[in-house]
Amino acid sequence: MTEAATYLEGLLREALAPVEPPEDLVERLEGALTSITEMAADELEAWELSAMRDPRNWVRPAAAVLAGGAAGGALVLLRARRRAHGSAVQSVRWPDVPRSAERAVRELEREARRLLGGR
Amino acid sequence: MSDQDPHKPKRELDREFSELYRSHLRDVYSYAYYRVGDHHDAEDLTEQTFLQAYRHFERAQRESRGRPLRPWLIRIAHNLAANLYRDRSRKPASPIDETTSIAALHTTEQLVEGRDELSRVLDGVRMLPDDRREALIMRFALGMDNREIARALGRSEGATKVLIHRAIKQLEELIGERPGAQTRPEHSSANGAGPGVPEGARSDD
Repeated sequence: MTEAATYLEGLLREALAPVEPPEDLVERLEGALTSITEMAADELEAWELSAMRDPRNWVRPAAAVLAGGAAGGALVLLRARRRAHGSAVQSVRWPDVPRSAERAVRELEREARRLLGGR
Repeated sequence: MSDQDPHKPKRELDREFSELYRSHLRDVYSYAYYRVGDHHDAEDLTEQTFLQAYRHFERAQRESRGRPLRPWLIRIAHNLAANLYRDRSRKPASPIDETTSIAALHTTEQLVEGRDELSRVLDGVRMLPDDRREALIMRFALGMDNREIARALGRSEGATKVLIHRAIKQLEELIGERPGAQTRPEHSSANGAGPGVPEGARSDD
């Protein structure tokens, strides 16, 4: 490699220095993940169990359980980190999604048992 | 749903996703910023990247077989950026905001001495073909090695090495062609040897 290329690489490292993400992006991103969580939870709450008689309808709420649960857990960890850094976001609501998800799964299980004749 | 690994506790997945987010938020944002050229689009791109990463995290983790997920994340950002340009049918709307990027990251003294030179480098990077420009961003802004870049771009390591070599060579030519161009400090010796720049995470070529 030539000396000029070595020098140019040094310049590239300076010119393309990493850029810190703005704080409001961090808050917005965590808020967006929270929204996904809430959407999944709402979807489950709104779902009428009567609609569950058709097994073809089971996939969607079950996916919502998974999505809501995973996002909720991840965000709880993110929130813990932000609190540890003393920058808690007061305006963001953090639902208890893992518990809601567990509840919804139990509901599904009960309904499935009922539909299958109490087995 | 069938992607769910019954053997991996969800809590563990959540913790790992949080780790991924914490570890690579700056990488994704830096890539997005240098790729799209302004902070607003970079923020949107970063947000979309992590949302999409979240949706496919478990599968990606399973398929990565323990390899780092940074190339996968950057590949998501790369694809989203390509979609952004396709949708808008344009290149970056505005040049990379040199005032912000340089001023935010360098001292006043460094700015006085090196602003022109760094501006020329950024101008040159912007003029490169997309794949070369991206490879340089990954190498120098994110410090990725050839293997990681290859995975992010979906190329072989050999092809990536050649790509970066050609990108630097073309950049050198572009800077040299420009009026008043000078890729070495004024106090370089007569034979053209500059004082050099401290070596950092140098490539393996």
